[in-house]
This record gives sequence, structure tokens and C-alpha cells, in this order.
Amino acid sequence: MTVNGEPIAAAVAPYKTLLEILREDLDLTGTKHGCELGECGACAVLLDGTPVLSCLVVGHECDGREVVTIEGMAGRDGALHPLQESFADLGGSQCGYCTPGILLTAKRLLDVNPAPTRDQIADALSGNLCRCTGYNQIFEAVEAAAAKMRDR
Amino acid sequence: MNTIGKPRRRVDGRAKVTGQTRFADDLNLPRTVHCKLLRSKVPHATIRAIDTSRAEAHPGVLLVLTGAHFPITFGILPVSQDEDPLCRDRVRFVGDPVAAVIAADEATATDALDLIDVDYEILPGRATPLEAYENPQPRIHEYGEEGNVHKRVSFRFGDTDRGFESADRIFEDVFFFQGNTHLPIEQHATVASPDPDGKLVVWSSTQVPHYLHRSLARALEIPAAHIRVIATPNGGGFGGKTDPFSHEIVVARAAMILGRPVKIGLTREEVFYCHRGRHPVLMKFKTGVKADGSITAMHLKTFIDGGAYGSYGVASTFYTGALQTVTYRIPRYRFEACRMFTNKPPCGPKRGHGTPQPRFGQEVQLDKIAEALTLDPAELRLRIVETPDTTTANYMHVTTIGLADCIKSVVRRSDWAGRYRKLPHGKGLGLACSSYLSGAGLPIYWNKLPHSGVQLKLDRSGGVTAFCGATEVGQGSDDVLVNIVSEILGIDPFDVRAVTGDTDLTPVDLGSYSSRVTLMMGNAAIQAAERARDLLAQAAGKKLDVPKDRLVFADRRVFDTEDPNKGMTFQEAVIAAEEMHGTLGTTGSYTPPRSPARYKGGGVGPSPAYSYTACVVEVEVDPVTGWINVPKVWIAHDIGRALNPVLARGQVEGSVYMGLGEALMEEQVFRRLPPRLSHAIVHKFPSILEYKSPTSLDMPEIDTELIEHPDPRGPFGAKEVGQGPLLPIMPAVANAVYDAVGVRIDEVPITPEKIVKALDDKAKGKPGRYGPDSFPDIAYPEPMIVPTPWEGGDGNATNDPERKRAAKMAEKS
Repeated sequence: MTVNGEPIAAAVAPYKTLLEILREDLDLTGTKHGCELGECGACAVLLDGTPVLSCLVVGHECDGREVVTIEGMAGRDGALHPLQESFADLGGSQCGYCTPGILLTAKRLLDVNPAPTRDQIADALSGNLCRCTGYNQIFEAVEAAAAKMRDR
Repeated sequence: MNTIGKPRRRVDGRAKVTGQTRFADDLNLPRTVHCKLLRSKVPHATIRAIDTSRAEAHPGVLLVLTGAHFPITFGILPVSQDEDPLCRDRVRFVGDPVAAVIAADEATATDALDLIDVDYEILPGRATPLEAYENPQPRIHEYGEEGNVHKRVSFRFGDTDRGFESADRIFEDVFFFQGNTHLPIEQHATVASPDPDGKLVVWSSTQVPHYLHRSLARALEIPAAHIRVIATPNGGGFGGKTDPFSHEIVVARAAMILGRPVKIGLTREEVFYCHRGRHPVLMKFKTGVKADGSITAMHLKTFIDGGAYGSYGVASTFYTGALQTVTYRIPRYRFEACRMFTNKPPCGPKRGHGTPQPRFGQEVQLDKIAEALTLDPAELRLRIVETPDTTTANYMHVTTIGLADCIKSVVRRSDWAGRYRKLPHGKGLGLACSSYLSGAGLPIYWNKLPHSGVQLKLDRSGGVTAFCGATEVGQGSDDVLVNIVSEILGIDPFDVRAVTGDTDLTPVDLGSYSSRVTLMMGNAAIQAAERARDLLAQAAGKKLDVPKDRLVFADRRVFDTEDPNKGMTFQEAVIAAEEMHGTLGTTGSYTPPRSPARYKGGGVGPSPAYSYTACVVEVEVDPVTGWINVPKVWIAHDIGRALNPVLARGQVEGSVYMGLGEALMEEQVFRRLPPRLSHAIVHKFPSILEYKSPTSLDMPEIDTELIEHPDPRGPFGAKEVGQGPLLPIMPAVANAVYDAVGVRIDEVPITPEKIVKALDDKAKGKPGRYGPDSFPDIAYPEPMIVPTPWEGGDGNATNDPERKRAAKMAEKS
């Protein structure tokens, strides 16, 4: 599979989830875990551009596919993605534990809908639990990033 | 101001959005092995025997530990050292840790848990505090007051009898607040490793590295100087990581035995068993009022479900009555509380620690009082708001109080006057207020040492490093530290590196709890930074030939206020100072002012400063299904001064969110298995799937205003913001439900079933109310009698019933 643009050839135990492969075999610890059953959204990554809960994806399902984790979200020049900038500036991230999953889910939203409404943002992020922010500053950060990306 | 008060990206913002914040479970050291805990499946039993031989023989298992390896108990409070790292002879709840397996990988350790045979002798389990009260035997603990009573307190501040006699009306109400849990998205994790020199290092998701440090030293009998605790950034804490935990002590011992790193990451189910969350509290308020709304006396009784261990419970017990007096003028106050042991996961401090429960009762009762007196609830509160620079009936000292401004702010913004009691059936508004500590005035163990220390290191590079034991749990404490230091030294926050939460490197700070960090660490940081500025000013003043008092530190420069061109860069000033003074370093520390409360038990509640909050919640209630929707919340918080408004607003809105969760859906509840399945008391739903918390779709619009009247005791005037704004949400929802559909839900959470039941009752001509009917007859002790300041009291009790009781016992024997 390809992870953050780098081809990865790995032999992994057949029972391992994508989450375990990323965290334990590839040292990509930016992807988090919170519930073991696909409810909290902390483990969300992009698989062929679509958010998936990596704790529910078996590793071999990803053979030949493209995975993007939080470590691959910034540009190749090191510049942060506009969503990363706006989350850091506008209080979209407090403890930061749910943040990677939320950022990747929001990235997909803006990839398909450059001008989402508040309701569409809330709907897209409804599978990602955040216990710190109360979500409002997250919504504002997504809106600010969307505006910035539209202006580019 | 250079940086204070300006909205800024937090200093650790980049790490958080790039996934580079390293939480405890993200640490992978070479040769790490993994630990799993065997937890009790029975709620109450003595352990007759444990056979670990089959587990030890399992391939891949390196070590099996039981209670026999841990002869010393631990616990967060000196008076409640009642936990075993692994249970030795008794288990007290489903989830109590009994044995540990350390193996090459987690899967092997998990498999080996099944090979440990524990022989239990089952004891009766107590599921509720009343059950525990009515069945004093067998005792869940051999300490405490008697039977299963952990702690009982009783106070009388002023002549409450006279107060009730002088009232025009007396209101008596019983409320129940169900327990709930923190649910941090990060599960607790710990890595322990021996240093190459044989000392112990522990990385842990803890809010209190200093207290963990002390607990490890005690439980493992290793000198504290040979233990290093590093608090990793917490993926949410909310009070759930403020106790030392079994798993931390177990992996520390295992690492020392095996001589290699040992790691444990708790499962979500185990996090529900660690708990230390909100205590379920039954409470009764008796309040006397004059026709104009002024309060003549209050009598509060609380009955508290503590769960299986002490935790912070003694403090929690006092907290259920400590802060009633700091919001409104209560001239005479009686308070009685009783905490019970039950066979459930131990309760402890969750955001608001012991105060949200009675705040709920008080604010809902005020709503009822306002209605009975035909007063507007906002107007009633404005009439009775406590005054600044006041010592209350129970000797809490209030410095600044912006509560009236908070009330006026939410009333104005929500169009309260135009909409309250005027919305169509099914829609309603509710108002409530609250207050919280900016740090506890006393530490959890008795000492006269500073509560927070900051060290600064400056060198010729121009870089500044700030060291402090405070712990980043997401609230932004690193940002507070850096913000204050850079403000005073006139440099950019990005020029300052924060090193925090490391007992080897950083001076002691008591930890991230009781909303203490901004005020206490902040004041220590001011002192350290002003001392550093002074060293630099001496040297720069000499070089520039300008009196040092005339120097300004701003924009990374040090210059003459009368001739801004006459100056030097900050780095040049540091070099000059290093030439003049030698190697540069300063310290600052903070100890809270002495509280006027001198009576025994008066140590819980005092704070250097109290924050205040008011909110209005709007609800839509479906009268058929009882479904509650919250479209909007208006909130105003008296923060003194917002050091970084982006973070301050985040704390307010995060509190609104968590309060709505508690108000509407979150509950940590238990059930008994049928007798054929052991009759055990088990957690009803130890998973995130079943424990419902609000999602992005459940969140209302939040309209926040920060009220800024600087408090003389706060750094740049700042008071707390992390906990207080949670407290008024639950009662405001209850009051709004009443405005919407005319039924009183005197219980949290407020669920559709309860609303439907109350509406059905009301339709049948019964009172439209859901909640507890009565308060049990608890034998509280004789009260400690403390005359109020206006009765000529000096903060001491005039009697000491405890000493009298002890003397009587001694006489008998």
C-alpha cells in the first residue's frame, strides 16, 4: 500500500487492523485510538481519499490502496494544510487527541464540498467525538479554512 | 500589553494539528514489554487464594504479579490510603485489579489472564448508599466513621433557627444528581522504565505528576529522589487523571523487576472502572426567604454515593456544601453531608468537583422560589448577589464578583425580558448561575510549601526556557506560562520554550486540578519573569547609561521609554546580564493567602479568587415524546482577565458542551446481574457506544461573553475558566424545561422518559414533577458551631464535637 505518498511493503499479521499497522509497525502514532469499536472517530484516516475508522479495517484490505494519515496532511514543503492552520489558530484543537481524525475527516469534506454550511460540517464530523471544545470552534475553523482555500 | 489579552495560536498548537503531540501510549522504547491487569468480576469478596502457576508457565509471559508483591496501600488523600495496587485480600467492585501479567506482547498477556485462578469468598454487595447505610455489616472498609459510612460532616454557621423563624416563606426541595464520568478520548496509559543508573522513570497520562511521584515513592519504597515522573500531555483529563492509579504503580514495579520498559494502555472498559467521576448525590435544600427574595437561612443535606474507595471523597464531601454561600448572600447556613462506600467504581473529582450537584439543586430551587414570589428569576438573583470583598457565613473570602454583570449580559443577549414565560408551549428559556475556585487554597497534604514554582533559564542565545511542574491536559497551561513570561520580557511567545510536568527537571506545581494553574503558576511565572527582567535591566541600564526604571521591554528590545531609539536587542540585554551576573536563572513561587476559615473542615472551599458564570439555555421540548432539543445557549463568565481569549472561550464552550452532556444524557449507572449469574453489580454500559455523549449534531449555537474585571489576586487579573462555566448548564436546562412544558425535573440527567412521566402525572392531576420524593433519615453528627463574621465570629468553631466524642469514648474505655 501507499502511506502518505510513500510505497510501503510490509508483511503483517493477518489479524492486525490498519490502526495497529500504522501505530505499531509503521510508527505513525499520530493516528489515535479511543474506544475499540468504531464509535469515537479518533482513529479516522483517509483510505483512497475517504475517511475510514482504521480500528475497523483489517490490514490486508488496504493492499494496493492509498492511505493518508495526519503525518501526511501537511504539504511536501512542510507547509501546514489550511485546516491545520485554522485549527491551531482558532481553538479547533485543545488536548489534540481527537484532532488528527477530525482534520482528516474535514479535509475530505472540503475536497468534495468547498463551501459547506454549518449543518453540513456538523453532519460530516458527527462520527468524531471531541470532549474538549464543544465543537463550535471546530466548526469555525473548518469554515475559515474553507474560505481560505476558496480564495486561493 | 505585548501578548496578554490578545487572541493567539497556542504555543503547542502546531504539535497538536500535525499529530506530533506525544501522548503516553505513543511512546515506544526499545525492549518494551506489555502489561495487562486481571480485574475482579465480582463486586465484593474476600480472596481466599490466587494461583498464578498456569499463567507463569504460558509461553511469552515474563512476570505475574499479585497483591503479595505490594504490601503498601496508596490513595490520593493522606486520610484515605485505602487502595492496593493489586488487591491483597479483598475485592470491592467489578473492575478492581487483582493480578498483572507482563508479556512480550499485549495479546499474550491478555491470553494469560485467563490462566489465573482466583478463589473468592463472595460477600454481600451494596449497590446504593441507602443499602450500604442500612446494612453496616459487612464493612466494605475497616476504616471510616462506622459501618459503611466513609465520612460525615455537620456545620452550623450562624443561628439558622432564628433565620428560618424570620423568613416569610420556607421552601423544602429534594434533588438527585446521577453520577457520570469524564470520558476522556485518550485512555489512560503508562510506560515505566529503569534508567541506566537504576533509577525509575515513569511516563504517564496524569494530571498530577507531583502526587503520582509521592505515591510511587510510598508504595514502592523507593526514595522520591530516585523516581522521575513525566506527565505526558493528556488527551483530556477533566479530573479523571488526578488520582494515582494501580496500573501506574504496577508497571513501575514490573519495570524495576524486569530491568526493561513496561507499558500499559487501558481499554475503554477499564477506563470506566478507573472512573473517579461525578458522585451521585441526593440532596435536600431548606431555604427561608423574605417576600423580597432575600435569603434568611439555608439548610443543605447531602447523601453521597462514594463507590468502593476513598479517592478525593473526603474533599468531595465538603465540596457538596462549601460554595453555596459565595454566589448569593446567605446570612445563616447549615450543612450536613454523608459519603457512603458502595461496591462500585470509586467516585472522585470531575470538572466542578462535588459542587455541580448542589449547584443544580440550589439554582432549580431559586427558580421555584422566584415563581412562588412572583419575581423574575433574573431579578431575584440580582437582588441577592453576594457583594465584593466579603467574607461569607462559612468564611470563604470573595474578592471580586462579576456575577451581576454576567446575569445582565445573558439577559440582554437572550432577549430574556421579551421571551421568558412568553414562548409558545414546548419552547422555553432557563437561567442559572454558578461560581468556582481559582485553585484550592490548601494542598491535599498538609505543608507550608509553595503551591507552584517556576524557574527561568536565559542565556546568550537570547532563548528563554520556562520550567514548571504544571501539566498540559489540553487546557493550555503551557500557553499560559509562555504568554506571561514573554509579556514581561517583551519577547515573542515563540521565543520561549516551556518544559513542564517533569519531576526531575521542573519545580513542583501541585498539578492540573481545581482550576489552579492559571492563577498559581501564573503568579509564580510573574515573579520569576520580573526577577529576570530586573537582572537584564540592571545590565542594559548600565550599558545604555539609562536608569533601569526607565527601560521598557517590548518587541524583542530593551529601550529607554523617553528615547525609544536608545536601546538594544533582547539578546544583547541577556548577553550584558550574563557578563554582569554570571549564568542567569531566576525562580518564582506562589502560595495562596491564608483563609479566614479556621474551623476544622474549613480547608475545603477557600480559594484566592472565585470565578462567576451566568447562562440562559433555550430548549424545545416535544410534549408527546419528551424529546429535548437545545438550539442556543447564552453564557457570560467572569474570568477577571482573559490571558488568551481563544483558549478562554474554548474552555467556556467546552464546559457548556460537557454540562449539556450531563444535563441530557450522560450517566454512569449499574445493574445487578440475575442471581443465577452471580448477582453482581455491574456497570450498565462500559463502552463509548452505550455511554451517550453529545456529538457535533447535538451541539447548540453558543453565544459567549467574557466579563473582565481584573482580580487583584490573579496574574494580570485572571481567574479560572475551565470548570465554573459547566455548573449552571444543568439547572438552566431544568429551568428551561419547566418554562417550556410546565414540569419540574428535579433530577439529572433530564431525559425524555422523565419528562413524559411528569407530563402524564400532571395530566392526571398529580404534581408535574419527576424526582426523589424524600430524603432518608441520616444520623448526622452534632454540628460544629461557627459564629458568622457578623455575629462576631473569628472563623473558629465554638465547640469541637469531634474532640468531645473522642473524650467520651476514652472515658467509657
